[in-house]
Amino acid sequence: MEWFVAKVFAKYNYWVFIILMMIGLYGIIAKNNLIKKIIGLNIFQTAIFLYFISLGAVKGGTAPIVSEEMIQKGYVYVNPLPHVLILTAIVVSVATTAVALSLVIRMHHEYGSIEESDIIEKSKDQGMT
Amino acid sequence: MKESEKERDVIIETVSRVMVPFIQLFALYVIIHGTGGPGGGFQGGVVFASAFILYVIAFDLSGGRGRFPESANTLLSSFGLYIYAGIGLLSIIFTSGAIQYLNYGFIPFTSHFEENRALGMDFVEMGIGITVMAIIASIFFDLAHKEEKDGERGKEESR
Amino acid sequence: MIYFVEHFPVLVVVISILSAITILIAGWIHRKTAWFISMATLLGQFIASLFILRHVLTVGTIRYRLGGWVPPWGIEYVMDALNAYILVILLFLALVCVIYSKKNIEHELPQKVVSFYTVYQLLITGLCGITVTGDIFNMYVFIEITSLSAYTLIASRGKIALKASFTYLVLGSIGACFFLLGIGFLYAVTGSLNMHDLSILLPPFYKNRVVMAGFAFIIVGLSIKMALFPLHTWLPDAHAFAPAEISAMLSGIIIEVSSYAFIRVAFSVFTVHFLKLLPIFDILCWVAGVAIIAGSVLAITQVNLKRMLAYSSVANMGYIMLAVGLSTSVMEAPWNGLTPALMHILNHALMKGCLFLAAGAFIYKADLWLIKDFRGLGKRMPYTSAAFVLAAISMIGVPPSVGFVSKLYIILAAIEAKKIIFVAVLLLSSLLNLVYFWRVIETMYMKRAEGGDPSHSTLISKDEAPFWMLAPILTLASLCIVMGVLWLAKIPMPILDQVNSLFGLSKMP
Repeated sequence: MEWFVAKVFAKYNYWVFIILMMIGLYGIIAKNNLIKKIIGLNIFQTAIFLYFISLGAVKGGTAPIVSEEMIQKGYVYVNPLPHVLILTAIVVSVATTAVALSLVIRMHHEYGSIEESDIIEKSKDQGMT
Repeated sequence: MKESEKERDVIIETVSRVMVPFIQLFALYVIIHGTGGPGGGFQGGVVFASAFILYVIAFDLSGGRGRFPESANTLLSSFGLYIYAGIGLLSIIFTSGAIQYLNYGFIPFTSHFEENRALGMDFVEMGIGITVMAIIASIFFDLAHKEEKDGERGKEESR
Repeated sequence: MIYFVEHFPVLVVVISILSAITILIAGWIHRKTAWFISMATLLGQFIASLFILRHVLTVGTIRYRLGGWVPPWGIEYVMDALNAYILVILLFLALVCVIYSKKNIEHELPQKVVSFYTVYQLLITGLCGITVTGDIFNMYVFIEITSLSAYTLIASRGKIALKASFTYLVLGSIGACFFLLGIGFLYAVTGSLNMHDLSILLPPFYKNRVVMAGFAFIIVGLSIKMALFPLHTWLPDAHAFAPAEISAMLSGIIIEVSSYAFIRVAFSVFTVHFLKLLPIFDILCWVAGVAIIAGSVLAITQVNLKRMLAYSSVANMGYIMLAVGLSTSVMEAPWNGLTPALMHILNHALMKGCLFLAAGAFIYKADLWLIKDFRGLGKRMPYTSAAFVLAAISMIGVPPSVGFVSKLYIILAAIEAKKIIFVAVLLLSSLLNLVYFWRVIETMYMKRAEGGDPSHSTLISKDEAPFWMLAPILTLASLCIVMGVLWLAKIPMPILDQVNSLFGLSKMP
């Protein structure tokens, strides 16, 4: 029981992020619909962002906004550096999703469906050109 | 049948007509208060773009396009990116190569080193906000544009 | 700041992004200006990179603090010999591809000229950014900028390219996310993101499982970006329908800058001492060996010329990774350390660039994709075919071309490290290269065009590619031979010796 508490309950944030990452990876690999693949990619990236943010958490910490009161009374604040890194990574993720969605829209125009198996069959019929 | 005219939903139109300016004002607040609270360039830009998206959802796409034409879009995104990349270059230009890029303290806005730095950061945040707003609005317009065109063509053929 | 040259690393990136926006505005007003602005910017960047290389070789490493903030709290741009060398190769190949694209883009993508040059300039921004930065999270951001531009450019022709680009997008994003996760693990252990600082803070933690897991994630993420076997499946599809100069950039530069990132993380962040603790590089040698054989065998079975060249790229990334894997075991010879790997990065960029640009010229003139349609091409397009043959015999490894020099150095390094099996792998792959390139050469020169007979052979008219496309192809092909002679005369060796002494891989004085 001690082992269970120490390994699982104390480190629950790492378990959550691993499970979310695997769910996202399953979505990318196993689903046929292209939009579901993009959603899986988003879940995968969100899990990594959660991991980064949980790295910066400090016990009893408040928001990292410096004010006079905070300096005088000596409040503890959470680490703001992972938050800034994740803001950048979120922007990258938004851009990737936008590019992926526009690719899916054009594929829908070309092939008339967004199921991956249909697209593979139709492109095999077209051949190389 | 009323297929050639969209049904007008009075509640949504009225509410969004009232809300859009307040959303944009809140977006400006978020951009400027980036250093002293949650916010910053990217977040404020997205909130600003969401005002346009609300307008398009309530009214139709061509009205939204009329309010925010593609030429304004290109110019705004370029202008914001020029501010973002160019302010850093100003610090090299004004000290003729002695000080590093992005060291905003040496741009002579005011005479105080720290104030220069804060002003430089504010300008950069505004530049990022303008660019992000233009880009996200243009992403939405481009993703929504083709569907509407196909829908209209389909309606015309079926008439 | 004493020298103005120290500003050049940042200026290379910033001028590139400013010119991308300028192309957008100016091209929207008048279409023809897009090429001029892009060409002028790339010329300026290339000259700046030559100045940087000269400064690094004479004065020393450039350490540039962005914003004046002291690292590790600020971002730092570090230019040492490795960086400067890769930057020169990158900008040279980009310049050659832009000159080539003047005619090609109007033919391939007539309505999208301005967008093409804008995204192309953003791609160059990302590539330069990966090369100059000394902060590991900054490297992740620039890797993603590069990859996003590459996804867009590959998909620009439509139809089958869209599916290939989508596959590349999903796989590339997973790879970049693994890279981010590795950075997260390293940050969790040390609290720093600066590469130099990490190399000082990490040594007490080398046995820690988090650090080893971080290393594994970074390596796998970069291997996906680098198209190392077995994570290469996106590369042949991406090549098959992309525009010609984008294929040349993809195989010549984008995957090679990812291998530069691999070298940078493995040697600058985790120093040589970490790499000797675990048998990582032995496993890397074996994976690279399998990549070489698999890439060459798969290339033989292809009917589409560009897919065949794509599989040949997979095999060549195997050469580079084999040379990297052998680098810690070889200490005392002229072919020590990272010399064969860096040599092959330059040589592969030249050879593959020339091959893909020539293939693009065939498609531009005669719309030929499949090898069996190349009959009689040797007479119809003599200069382009000659350049193709030069680059092909360089890939096979005939002296004194560049391909011969890098294969020689890798074989000698393998003998020195006492791993004779890799010598056999390299010789076998040269034989396989000969098989699939000979097929193309034979079809081009020795089979008559369809419907012709011997008495009419003099009536086949010469229909050569236009000058703007021919000049880059001939430049690269002649450089294949000229650089080979220069390598044999050991003229560029001081750069590589400086790289080796930076990482502690050279012989003890």
